Amino acid sequence: MRDNKNKWLLVTSAAVLALGTASLASANTLQNTIQRGAVQCGVSDGLPGFSAPDDQGEWQGLDVDVCRAVAAAVFGDADAVRYISLNAVERFTALQSGEVDVLSRNTTWTTTRDTTLGLNFTGVTFYDGIGFMINRDLGVSSALDLDGAAICVQSGTTTELNVADYFRANGMEFDPIVFDTSEQTVGGYEAGRCDVLTSDTSQLAALRIQLSDPDQSVILPEIISKEPLGPVVRQGDDQWFNIVKWSLFAMLNAEEMGITQENVDEMRNSDDPDIARLLGQDGNYGEGMGLDANWAYNIISQVGNYGESFERNVGMGSPLQIERGINALWTNGGIQYAPPIR
Amino acid sequence: MTVQHKMIEARPAPGNTVGPIAWLRINLFSGPVNTVFTLLGLYLLYVLLTPTIQWAFINADWVGTSRDDCSREGACWVFVNARLTQFIYGLYPRTELWRVNIVFATFAVLIAWLAIPRLPLKRWVALATLVAFPVFAFFLLYGGYFGLRVVETHRWGGLMLTLILAVVGMVAALPIGILLALGRRSQMPIVKSFCVVFIEFWRGVPLITILFMASVMLPLFLPTGVSVDRLVRALIGITLFQSAYMAEVIRGGLQAIPRGQEEAAAALGMGYWMRMGLIVLPQALKMMIPGIVNTFISLFKDTTLVMIIGLFDLLGIVQAALSDSRWLGFALEGYVFAAFMFWIFCFSMSRYSQYLERKLHTGHKR
Amino acid sequence: MSVRPKAHTLGPKPPFWRDRAKRALLFQVLLIAAVAAFLLYIIGNTQDNLAARGITTGFGFLDRTAGFGIGQSLIEYSSQSTYGRTFVVGLLNTLLVSALGVIAATIIGFIVGIARLSPNWLIARLASGYIEIFRNIPLLLQIFFWYFAVLRAMPAARDSYSLGEVIFLNVRGLYLPEPLFESGFGLIPLTFVVAIVASIALVIWNKRRHEATGKRLPAGWISLALILGLPMLVLVATGVPVTWDVPELRGFNFRGGITIIPEFLALWLALSIYTASFIAEIVRSGIQAIPHGQTEAAQALSLPQKLVLRLVVVPQALRVIIPPLTSQYLNLIKNSSLATAIGYPDLVSVFAGTTLNQTGQAIEVISMTMAVYLIISLLVSMFMNWFNARVALVER
Repeated sequence: MRDNKNKWLLVTSAAVLALGTASLASANTLQNTIQRGAVQCGVSDGLPGFSAPDDQGEWQGLDVDVCRAVAAAVFGDADAVRYISLNAVERFTALQSGEVDVLSRNTTWTTTRDTTLGLNFTGVTFYDGIGFMINRDLGVSSALDLDGAAICVQSGTTTELNVADYFRANGMEFDPIVFDTSEQTVGGYEAGRCDVLTSDTSQLAALRIQLSDPDQSVILPEIISKEPLGPVVRQGDDQWFNIVKWSLFAMLNAEEMGITQENVDEMRNSDDPDIARLLGQDGNYGEGMGLDANWAYNIISQVGNYGESFERNVGMGSPLQIERGINALWTNGGIQYAPPIR
Repeated sequence: MTVQHKMIEARPAPGNTVGPIAWLRINLFSGPVNTVFTLLGLYLLYVLLTPTIQWAFINADWVGTSRDDCSREGACWVFVNARLTQFIYGLYPRTELWRVNIVFATFAVLIAWLAIPRLPLKRWVALATLVAFPVFAFFLLYGGYFGLRVVETHRWGGLMLTLILAVVGMVAALPIGILLALGRRSQMPIVKSFCVVFIEFWRGVPLITILFMASVMLPLFLPTGVSVDRLVRALIGITLFQSAYMAEVIRGGLQAIPRGQEEAAAALGMGYWMRMGLIVLPQALKMMIPGIVNTFISLFKDTTLVMIIGLFDLLGIVQAALSDSRWLGFALEGYVFAAFMFWIFCFSMSRYSQYLERKLHTGHKR
Repeated sequence: MSVRPKAHTLGPKPPFWRDRAKRALLFQVLLIAAVAAFLLYIIGNTQDNLAARGITTGFGFLDRTAGFGIGQSLIEYSSQSTYGRTFVVGLLNTLLVSALGVIAATIIGFIVGIARLSPNWLIARLASGYIEIFRNIPLLLQIFFWYFAVLRAMPAARDSYSLGEVIFLNVRGLYLPEPLFESGFGLIPLTFVVAIVASIALVIWNKRRHEATGKRLPAGWISLALILGLPMLVLVATGVPVTWDVPELRGFNFRGGITIIPEFLALWLALSIYTASFIAEIVRSGIQAIPHGQTEAAQALSLPQKLVLRLVVVPQALRVIIPPLTSQYLNLIKNSSLATAIGYPDLVSVFAGTTLNQTGQAIEVISMTMAVYLIISLLVSMFMNWFNARVALVER
């Protein structure tokens, strides 16, 4: 009996110890990711062009390409990603709690999110703004005519806040109809529950092609807010922050230098010192992030440069048909600009 | 005086008390008020059933592959047909479906064995269902051993996920519920109040906030770097919720056992766990089965709430399929299909529980 | 007669784990220690996590401006209100749909439950069909269904159904005229209160008189006349100081009046219909639990059928009905949280949804939400226990 009791004591204390040591495990995201063998990436619950599973169940989109780029940089394998679909309400907690390592889910960069949620925005993948989609039959041509309209909006987004501001600033009223997911929001719009569907214009373009009759709806010309969308990581791990940030910069730099998925192997022999540094032919610029010299080469050869990803997923080569606009490189009149690799 | 030594043959009942017409008169037209009610009822049936039957059967389209095969006059069951695999298995890889089927079949056999009164070895089968089967099902479904491909939990969905959530929630809640119920009847004040607070807390808050907590807050409670699978988190929430309800059912069963039973066992020198395990619980358990089946039915219906935290159970996957741009406008068909599936399960379980209640309505009834 | 064995010598004192009292004490101390250790572990982890990730904590966010709009609010609310106010708005919306749901579910439930026992075969079958269909389909599915059905069946704002051009029904909701009270209207609620007090006094006096003398007045009818008639009289006397704000179509939607949004209608309908199917079963089994002898005995006393029900069957059936009815009410209140699925702005949808997401303070928001439901549950249980104690059988 006494022996038995001692044995139990031993087991209990061992269990407590084990739990204690578990809590001492490091907060090093890169190490954890390598151990796991996959980047855990938080994506949307299905938004064509940005992150949505295709017919085969494979995730595709601009946001998904960021996940793939990070995986290519870390593992040299763009497919080493575990996608976790999150709705707008869950997304930050999932990142805070460590369920995902990167949140790449058209998330707007704002002060509050950057400073009080324990998050860091790593850059901007898409410069967007809020717009309004409305039924053609209503004959409305400007957002300023929307006084009194019922507006469908997704819960927990900056849209919810910006629309309220816009209507107040212009002395107009509106009825907010708030849904949890973008599917339900579109459903509400289609059922006629609201006159207007509002969201980032890129999302509107994506949602519009899901409607049963896309031509019946028009997107109004006004863009009422700045919505820089980008990947997010947790605060407190600068190394991981750098990896995600520079994975995106590598894609931008590659486009600027004219390196594409196709010509990246030729480009490795290029004499251009910028290209040589990016592709790891001259020094190891991945070292500071704990990556090998080929990190950027892997990204470009497996995912492509920013321009390719844009065209493939949301641009003219996709059903969304969004113009590059301000998302063009700074050399082409846009504002996409990446610091140099040096 | 004649004495008749033979019984007179029973004469048939008067013509106005038997037969369909008499039945109609007694049951439907026994008075002016009743007649009005009957006519109203018939009218109601006519108004509800005619369009329903026309929509669901007569004008419905059953075969085809795309929405063009539907005439749009009645229901378009083509949609459900095309998505059936997804509704049942979620996004489980198509080549691995046999694994799910084996689990389904095993489960059906075990449950049938338990449900049919005449079959022997009930105790061992019950043990297998509660202990061995979940382990077996997990390894088969998740894979990673014996050369089976790993199928991660985010690909699980549909009816399969609904069943997993309900069955695992139930099986895991049973032992916790027993402990809580015993604790609530305990004479130790601290144990008792702990159990009361625990039970009342989980019963007092809506399941959806528990699921929110499990999916949003649980990770914050755990040490950094420890992450728990999303399905497991939902299961933890469901189990805690269910165990509180289970505890109340078990407490009800325990209360029905006369005190003398426990006292007699104590007089034989049995310790607490022997008294409970050998004397009280086996008797109480028998009386609790209908109650347990009833809580299982509510749990089965409540699993639909996991769609709000982003898991695709049967309702969740139907809802997701509704927004497929190739199949827009078939919401009614999707909901009716899901409702029908849930109804079949819940109705048959509730019938079984009523049957048990009648069967067990002996012995301890006071 | 038993042979007394030789007097025991007291053996060694039994070890402490054989002593029941000490063992119970030890066990409880261990339980406290385990629970405390568990809580400390959780709290420690949470603090570490919050600190390590730089997440803001505390309830300061309740004073910050919310900045988003809410579709239905019983109190003054604009996007300039605080997060604290979103909590109140959500809570009131939850209470509104719960209260109306409880009332509707009780009425439907009693009707169906009694119909289930009807001697009319068809009516009894219809009632049991209702019960079996609605209680075996998940509530969430029913909410979706009603929401979908309500939306699909309704016309657009421009082709609304209208009733006398004052009440309108369309896909955006049900629009009712809103009474606007002018000065002098204060008299009417006052007379209403006076009438209620007078009726209560009348009922008590009537009961005493009935017990003392056996005579009695139809107090119920007199009270009803008082409560309805007196305010009406005053209303007419003061020249009807009410104007109606009638909704009218301006721009996209109807403006003015009271709007009942379709989310509310769908949720209310689904909650009432679902819960009513359970209440009907409770009512049926409550009535069936009364032994037939009771009715027969009452009839033997030649009580009229109306009084048999009112004085013998119903009071006894209520005792059986009330405890399970309470838990159905609690379930309905908790189930109203499913509002979030269709966007009715209840507590979970507004506060644990939007507010949580805008502030990111999951722990504070979820704790407050859970606390509210716990408090509501406790209050309802307490009230129903009190009511139950009043109707309970008084035994010696």
